[in-house]
Amino acid sequence: MSAVRAVAGRRAFRVSRLVTYALLLVVAVFYLLPIYVIVATALKSFIEVSHTTPWQLPTAPSLSSFTDALSTLSPSFINSILLVAPATILSALLGSLNGYVLSKWRFRGADLVFTLLLFGMFIPYQSILLPLVLVLQKLQLYGGIPGLVLTHVVYGIPITTLIFRNYYAAVPSELIEAARIDGASVLGVYRHVLLPISMPGFVVVLIWQFTSIWNEFLFAVTLTLPDQWPITVALNGLAGSLLAHYEIQMAGALLTALPPLVIYVVLGRYFIRGLLAGALKG
Amino acid sequence: MRGRSLGSFSWDRFTPFLLIAPSIVLIVIFVYGFIGYTAFVSTTTWYGIAPDYTSAGLSQYVDLFGLPRFQADISNTIEFTVLFLAACILLGFGSAVLLDQHVRGTIFFQNIFLFPLAISFVVTGTVWRWIFNPNFGINLLLDDVHLGFLKSPWLADTRTALFGLVIAATWQMSGFCMAMFLAGLRAIPDELREAARVDGATEGRLFLHVILPLMRPITLSAVIILGHISLKIFDLVYVMTFGGPGFATDMPNLYGRGAAIAMVLLFMVALLIVPYLVWSLRQEVER
Repeated sequence: MSAVRAVAGRRAFRVSRLVTYALLLVVAVFYLLPIYVIVATALKSFIEVSHTTPWQLPTAPSLSSFTDALSTLSPSFINSILLVAPATILSALLGSLNGYVLSKWRFRGADLVFTLLLFGMFIPYQSILLPLVLVLQKLQLYGGIPGLVLTHVVYGIPITTLIFRNYYAAVPSELIEAARIDGASVLGVYRHVLLPISMPGFVVVLIWQFTSIWNEFLFAVTLTLPDQWPITVALNGLAGSLLAHYEIQMAGALLTALPPLVIYVVLGRYFIRGLLAGALKG
Repeated sequence: MRGRSLGSFSWDRFTPFLLIAPSIVLIVIFVYGFIGYTAFVSTTTWYGIAPDYTSAGLSQYVDLFGLPRFQADISNTIEFTVLFLAACILLGFGSAVLLDQHVRGTIFFQNIFLFPLAISFVVTGTVWRWIFNPNFGINLLLDDVHLGFLKSPWLADTRTALFGLVIAATWQMSGFCMAMFLAGLRAIPDELREAARVDGATEGRLFLHVILPLMRPITLSAVIILGHISLKIFDLVYVMTFGGPGFATDMPNLYGRGAAIAMVLLFMVALLIVPYLVWSLRQEVER
């Protein structure tokens, strides 16, 4: 457990290394077990699922459960893409503008405004759900993807603002002052000084918003009707209608998890940054 | 730095306000306005589809707290939150300490511990419901490895369902604690450890008296962040149990959409979050 003491012999060193590895492996098995179960079950046939344990490997692996799951889930997969793309981009743009103003144009009370914005990120959405439904109905946006886009853009503002504000805070104010002296306007400074160096900030925010919106369930299940369901709602519906067909459920779960997992594998570093931004100190 | 117009348009000093105005308006309406509306509805007799704003005072709240089912909801939520936090912090801190030993493959293990965070609660719920299936799932594995005494009906029994939820939620969220603690451990300067060793501290004492106290603020952050997530854990409960069996795992947000319930939930979250926000606002001002 403890770090190796300078005086300790090589033998003690090796033993503690082995113990560390053994413990790390045990923890890793806990995290990987559900993935193993998903893959092993999804590759089985319905008959095999009903008389083998989730731990046994399939005797004759087949992809037919994936075709079954895909035939039910593909419309909602498209819905999710139509939801995630605009919602992610719009909330990133708003967050970038807010982050710029709140870090570089710190007017009187800017910190209070920021804190009041941040509170929106922590509220339980059950406490705004009823008026949200009523307002979306009034705007004729209830039941479809556009209303859900609006919802995710609005409730995405706090986290995207937080990440960009922390990101821009590290940009030296001298850069902005120099541009001002050269005659750049407030927007000019944003476009010509900050935007060109914003790429890493955008990557963190886009990944974070993509993952959260893709995975979200409460808004999706309350604000959309079946033909507009995003993938998480459709997966839950599939599990409810094919109760005993665990192989199709697991194939569906894998398909639902795939886009965020691919992003995590490729751009994990940025994902972790977004994650820790939620703890305020990026 | 103040917005001063240096030869550009005179309205340029208002541009910053114009830039954040849309967001502020949206948040004022969608967060504060909507909460106000929900709070208002919680003091009316509105029942059924058509709005009915007849005042009911605080009777909704009085009725609510008198319901055995709601009392069970509150105690389930608290029990779940305590167990979930304890499990995440222990597992998260344990794995962070292991990863801080400069072993080979740190990144590899770190990625394994963190990937569940990228997955939807709906996926997690679907998978763990299968794992906890009493006839097929984990019970048969426990038999195989001669741990049959740990067999349990899991989600099918009122007493064990909550543990099933805690395990699934911990699987998903503990990596977050690990990432926070690992960042904290790596921020401890080597000189500090060296100094303690020079002063004759054993590794155990160094850990207990130097490292653990330094983890206190991180633990507090973890409690606040995961605590508020745990209070709001609607998706996972909904997918795994629908609040069943009976209403053992049923939590207030699942129990109807009553405005009063939502306000109680908001109050519980605010109790955790508002001091945290005030504290970080003060830090900002001091900077």
